Amino acid sequence: MVATTKTVEQVQELADDKYKYGFVTDIESETAPKGLNEDTVRFISAKKNEPEWLLEWRLKAFRHWLTMSEPKWSKVTFPPIDYQASYYYSAPKGTDDGPKSLDEIDPELLKTYEKLGIPLKEQEFLSGVAVDAVFDSVSVATTFKVKLEEVGVIFCPISEALEKCPDLVKKYLGTVVPYTDNKHATLNSAVFTDGSFVYIPPGVRCPMELSTYFRINAKETGQFERTLIIADKDSYVSYLEGCTAPMRDENQLHAAVVELIALDDAEIKYSTVQNWYPGDENGKGGIYNFVTKRGACRGRNSKISWTQVETGSAITWKYPSCILQGDNSVGEFYSIAITNNCQQADTGTKMIHLGRNTTSKIISKGISAGRANQTYRGLVKMSPKAEGARNFTQCDSLLIGDQCGAHTVPYIESKNKTAIVEHEATTSTISEDQLFYLRQRGIPAEAAVALVVNGFCREVLQQLPMEFAVEAQKLVGISLEGSVG
Amino acid sequence: MLEIKNLHVSVDGAEILKGIDLSIDPGEMHAIMGPNGSGKSTLSHVIAGRDGYEITGGRIIFQGEDLTGMEPEERAAKGIFLAFQYPVEIPGVANTTFLKEAVNAIHRFKGEDELDAMQFVKIMRAKTKELGISDDMLKRAVNVGFSGGEKKRNEILQMAVLNPTLAILDETDSGLDIDALKIVAEGVNKLRAPDRSMLIITHYQRLLDYIVPDKVHVLAHGRIQRTGGKELALELEENGYAEFDEAVA
Repeated sequence: MVATTKTVEQVQELADDKYKYGFVTDIESETAPKGLNEDTVRFISAKKNEPEWLLEWRLKAFRHWLTMSEPKWSKVTFPPIDYQASYYYSAPKGTDDGPKSLDEIDPELLKTYEKLGIPLKEQEFLSGVAVDAVFDSVSVATTFKVKLEEVGVIFCPISEALEKCPDLVKKYLGTVVPYTDNKHATLNSAVFTDGSFVYIPPGVRCPMELSTYFRINAKETGQFERTLIIADKDSYVSYLEGCTAPMRDENQLHAAVVELIALDDAEIKYSTVQNWYPGDENGKGGIYNFVTKRGACRGRNSKISWTQVETGSAITWKYPSCILQGDNSVGEFYSIAITNNCQQADTGTKMIHLGRNTTSKIISKGISAGRANQTYRGLVKMSPKAEGARNFTQCDSLLIGDQCGAHTVPYIESKNKTAIVEHEATTSTISEDQLFYLRQRGIPAEAAVALVVNGFCREVLQQLPMEFAVEAQKLVGISLEGSVG
Repeated sequence: MLEIKNLHVSVDGAEILKGIDLSIDPGEMHAIMGPNGSGKSTLSHVIAGRDGYEITGGRIIFQGEDLTGMEPEERAAKGIFLAFQYPVEIPGVANTTFLKEAVNAIHRFKGEDELDAMQFVKIMRAKTKELGISDDMLKRAVNVGFSGGEKKRNEILQMAVLNPTLAILDETDSGLDIDALKIVAEGVNKLRAPDRSMLIITHYQRLLDYIVPDKVHVLAHGRIQRTGGKELALELEENGYAEFDEAVA
């Protein structure tokens, strides 16, 4: 039973200074029946031609999900989610067989990505960046595949990886974020639709940036993608994800899971520029971004570095974490979170030190404006075996206006006498003096705020791959528009 | 160039400026001297358009236009530059980034094309060379960790790059040792031009040993009490501001 819906074209006249990604693509899609039950799970699994073991795993997750309650410890508020009111699968028609050559892709889709600044035609795209484009529930294109295959790198939709290298998927899927982890991650395990799979073979330095661009288009649809990245011994990969969605009055759920695995001497750099629709200035609509991201430094001397620029979503609930299992392994978390108007964010990280001489660094920059509320929540845990482990944490908050809030909640658990944990935190505002100084030099008020905030975030912006740093800087400015008046 | 007529300004209900009249012609350099609390800095801030000052009477006319009610950035774009007594730190923002943003904001305001990175670097190099400022200063975050002298030189550099029609120097000499003072004064003198007016606000006469004004005004108790030539500054150095206290008493 396949329902076909046609989304109504409602491209609104959007001024450049509003959310410019709020348009809807008029495309026919194929969706699962509305609501969530075991049949929905079976429908998705069947659509993807999945092996039996995966369907079983999904069903286990679904049955477990029914017994779970939502995490309540975060400082965000929203009405109960009606899980039966959403569609769990929506795919542009004709994408059943997975991405094909670029010539066969619906021109409407190509246009959408062009509008988003992500042209999928390889020759037009930023040299040195390969893209996997995920539209609602399916991957519609992956670029530079051939070039990557030459060095043995696998970069494809996870549904394709299940056919190409099922053993790798089976070996690692759910090993960092088990299906029992938390209600949002468990839901993802049951109904995940697509997402990227990356495998870097031993000794290979991935020759280009890998990137996934997520786009929610269909209405009343949740997006549940699952990303799995494995960096085998002595390999390196830098991966970036970007996300946008149309402006809609309803709240849409995005519950993704990302699992990273770094073996001996491997390094994974994972960057996110999250710009889901944040809702309007009164808090109507917007994406609920409830995401579980976790990396395991399984090997000695391995390294996982998270960088996130979180500007969108009505609510962000997200804690990209590192499990530092291998001796001498390194975890890093660099974060910029901007909340304006009625946005809420509860975000941070967990650094779990298990191995000896493991080190971690946390740099968090939170900017709150309008009536927004934001919390940094972070756990640093030194286990009894973490001899000589070290952590350094710095949390800086910047407040704009007098109606917003910033909160810092660090949890520190140290069970090893030789471990060192440092925590620094500051809270500041943009001063009248700074604003007047910049405006006296000719810089209008909003641009002045953007400049000060970009300066405040510089340490984190510098961590982004160069191609995206400029975009991220602009985004910082756009997200804060209307915050001074 | 600048015409201030019977300007009255209050802050939180207290009248600070009580009827200022001041007229500066193109190419002229005027100095305003006065004791602490006389309203000198208020005058400079009001010309630049800072919030928090209420103009209760009078007008400020700049090149035939009434400035009252104009945003600070608009005044800047029209050619008004204020060198700050206490230049402000902007952490994480490189001096070049800041200046490029400022120059291009003004270009946009005037409907002119923005400068690209190459054009801008060329201008910056020429200005730093002219003023004898090391390029190193351009890469550092705006005023962060700058010495008092460096901050003031940075103000002069900004003035050179933004090329204003009217430059107001608010107590530029404060906190400077004599060597730094000389360097800053030299910079100011280099920027004197027939089409640029300057208003120097200072407490002490010593700056005027290096920068010679066309006219000196004494501001006390919110009014200009006396106007004279450069010799007036020397007289003040000799006698202090005591006579103006009596003038009111």
